Amino acid sequence: MSLFQNLPLPFLILSFITILCALYVVTSKNPIHSVLALILTFFSISAHYILLNAQFLAIVNLMVYAGAIMVLFLFVLMLLNLDKSSEPVKSNLWGISAAICAGLLLVIITASFQKAGLAVMKSSAVDIGLVKNLGRVLMTEYLVPFELTGILFISAMVGAVLLAKRDNKSEEITS
Amino acid sequence: MLGIFQNIEISHYIYLSCVLFCIGLFGVLFRRNAIILLMCIELMLNSVNLLMAAFTEYMGDQNANGQMFVFFIMVVAAAEAAVGLAILVMVYRNTKKTDVSFLDGLKD
Repeated sequence: MSLFQNLPLPFLILSFITILCALYVVTSKNPIHSVLALILTFFSISAHYILLNAQFLAIVNLMVYAGAIMVLFLFVLMLLNLDKSSEPVKSNLWGISAAICAGLLLVIITASFQKAGLAVMKSSAVDIGLVKNLGRVLMTEYLVPFELTGILFISAMVGAVLLAKRDNKSEEITS
Repeated sequence: MLGIFQNIEISHYIYLSCVLFCIGLFGVLFRRNAIILLMCIELMLNSVNLLMAAFTEYMGDQNANGQMFVFFIMVVAAAEAAVGLAILVMVYRNTKKTDVSFLDGLKD
């Protein structure tokens, strides 16, 4: 296929690992294996970020996604004591229809991108993805969204604590 | 970036992101376990992030606007995961299940 010609080997291997791990996330029966495969996926996406000249983003991706969010998922999995036996059974028909839906979307998106006729690309400066540049842009152009992000985080944190807090009164009534 | 990576075009990243997004979508449609659903949503968000970073690089954007958007998407994803997992823990405490097909109380 002409699509894969002249591609450097690191990119091909990385993409292959990414897609394989993502498929394993979806198809694995054991939720713990899914989480571990998703962590691997995030690692390979971080490697893609480094190829794409976004060095700080790669580190942040590792810390926030692979470090924080996935550990949160693992904690919840182990807290709820979920394993293979608690996996709900699903019918084959459901899987086939889901695969058809996702495949159709893939065909449509790629076809529309092929028709888009993207302009000739040029590379950006090497130091664009470093902390210096990103911090300057974040603190000048994106200052208001940045502050709003803080408010969003606070409200999400309060909401999560309120939701997950064990309600003692209702517990006594039910038990 | 480096000489050996000159051959990678933006279209390759577009295809990779599309495939990742569709895998995530397939997971959301296929799986019944609520935790796996949340993970598939994270996967879809990550594919979008990858495409944002790719366009930042290939469009020669000196202000890194695409990478800024990746930051904000990450923040939203973190908040979403925290709240989603809190809801999930609450649902599990009440029903002892994480199967989303049991959560059809609004249907009747």
